[in-house]
Order: sequence, then C-alpha cells, then structure tokens
Amino acid sequence: MSNVNWPDQLFGVLKRSDVRQVGYVPDAGHSRLIQRCTTDSEMQAVSLTTEEEGVALAAGAWLGGERAALLMQSSGVGNCINMLSLSRTCRFPMPMFITMRGEWEEFNPWQVPMGQAVEPVLKLCDAEIMRVKKPDEVAGVAERALQSAYGDERIVAVLLSQELIGKKVWTK
Amino acid sequence: MKFDRRAAMATLVADRSKDLLVVPGLGSTTWDLVAAGDNPKNFYLWGAMGGAAMIGLGLALAQPQKRVAVITGDGEMLMGLGALATIGVQQPKNLAVIVFDNGLYGETGGQPSHTQSTVDLLTVARGAGIADCIDVADEAGLKALAARLKSPDGLFFARVAIEAKEPPRVLPERDGVVIKKRFREALGLSA
Repeated sequence: MSNVNWPDQLFGVLKRSDVRQVGYVPDAGHSRLIQRCTTDSEMQAVSLTTEEEGVALAAGAWLGGERAALLMQSSGVGNCINMLSLSRTCRFPMPMFITMRGEWEEFNPWQVPMGQAVEPVLKLCDAEIMRVKKPDEVAGVAERALQSAYGDERIVAVLLSQELIGKKVWTK
Repeated sequence: MKFDRRAAMATLVADRSKDLLVVPGLGSTTWDLVAAGDNPKNFYLWGAMGGAAMIGLGLALAQPQKRVAVITGDGEMLMGLGALATIGVQQPKNLAVIVFDNGLYGETGGQPSHTQSTVDLLTVARGAGIADCIDVADEAGLKALAARLKSPDGLFFARVAIEAKEPPRVLPERDGVVIKKRFREALGLSA
C-alpha cells in the first residue's frame, strides 16, 4: 500500500468543494476524516444515530443553500434506502462516502450480507456508483463524485474498498 | 385541551414572518399547512416518513438567521426519534420542532400510535437534551407558540394535542423538484 494519506486528501476535496455539513455515523475506516471534519471551524459535523438521518440532513442543507455529504460504513447503506426516495424524487444532491466491509479479508461474517448488497441496492436507488481501490485514486474520484452530485443533483456513492481501509484486527 | 388541527395550524402560521421556513411531515400536517395558505417557504413532504426533523436540522444549520419550524405528526416523529437525539446534541439556535399529537395514524385508518399508550414525546425530547419543551395547553398557549415563530431565537420542542377527527385532504404541489426549486428561489438561491 502506498503512503498516500487518503483521508486527509478526501478532507481537502470536501473543503475545496465548499461542503459545509457532514453527517456521519462513527466508523473506524472514516475515523481520521471524521476527526478532521469535527475540528474544522467552517464545517458542521453532525453525528447521527442512524445513516438515514444524514440523507434528510443533506436535503435540508441544500434547501438552505449549503452543500452536505454523508460518511458511513457499508452496513449503513441499508439504513438509507427509503430516505433516498427523498433525494431521488426531489433531485437533492446526495454524495455518500462508504467504507466497505464484508468483502476483502473480512473476519466477521455478519458484515457480509449488507457488504455484498451495497452495489446492487444502490443501483436500484438510481445512485451513480464509483469504486476506489487505491489510495492515490481517492481524491480524484471524490472530486468527480461531488461535481456529479451537486452539478447534476443526484445520488452519488463512492465505495472505498476494504483493501484501502485495511483489515480489522480482532486480537489485542 | 385538544385542538382542531386545521385551526391550530392556521393560528401558527397566521401573519407569518417572511423569515419563517416550515417543514411539515408526511401526511396530515402537510395537508394542514397548505390548507392554511400556500407559501413557497413551505417544503411539503409527500414521503420521507421520519425525516422531517432532520430536514429541519439541515435547513436550520444552513440558514441560522431564519426561524425553521418542523410541524409534524406523532407517527412521523416516532419513526425518527433518533433525530431528537441528534438535534439535542447539535442545539441549533433557530429550530422549532412542533408535534401535532392525535395519538393516531390518521392517513392509514386511525390505528393508535405509541403516544396513545406509554410514550410521551415531551419526555423523550427533554431526555434528548432539548431543554425548552412546551405542552400547549390552551388557545393562549398556542398564540404564544405562534409568536415565538416570528423570531429566529431559541431551540424548542412543542406538543400540541389534536382532536382525532380527520378533515378533508387539501393537497399541495406534488412534484418534489418544483417544491424544492421554488423554496430555494424564495431564499434567493439559484433554483
């Protein structure tokens, strides 16, 4: 794996794209990015109890003239499905950055069903899907995703592969 | 006191401030709001059950100088109780969450909601960290609530007890893109 610090680069893309509200459910893969967002004075990092809250939050932000994004783990995609009808029906921009579990070197079988369902389910919700496997591709893909989400007012999901995050170590 | 829902909504938005932004919930509160007078600063919901309070939070954070009022039903609020916790943590200074509580799912045949048995939404909101929680008791209380919507200051939660009867539906614009665009235009944003 290269030494590219993709969470910091992704944070830079969010800043340059003028994202002001970032909804998230705490997640190990996103911990660095969440920390950057919560400590930034121009961003409102909103800790959510469930991912669907973030879909509604982003709609409200756009109504009020602000850009929002949503950070989650693959298991959270399932929690968003009905609320994504709001994004689709009203054409609200909905960029989602999803750290994947349940694919590469997954130790926990309970992560597999939702991890495997993420792509087909998001496709059915009419999301544009961009997959990233290498750290040095994250920033470029994120930039395109945000352009597509805000410019075309649509749901765009960036799937950050489990190879990128590294495997979760279960022994202490 | 239990209020007539249409009369209660009319009182809340009578002579509304130009800076009042209203997000009603899916179903009866959306019909109540348009019955009280259409306004581009209403974001009507025909879906997204459980999402009204969070749409209100995103809007309140984006427009901190304006009063944002979520006016929803008990069933819609119950589907998104976590939103009260998230709002409690965020403490947006300009958000009001008002629940029209009839203890029923009026749109689907009048089945009882949880508020008819054990659940008290005021206690839930207070427990989530919203300190200013109001149980609207009478006409004077409702007028006081309407007066608070004229100012952007203060996070609060209010419960308005509502009579069980369902008035005839009054339907607003149904195209979500149209509702969104005219709302943004009314705020001076590009559609």
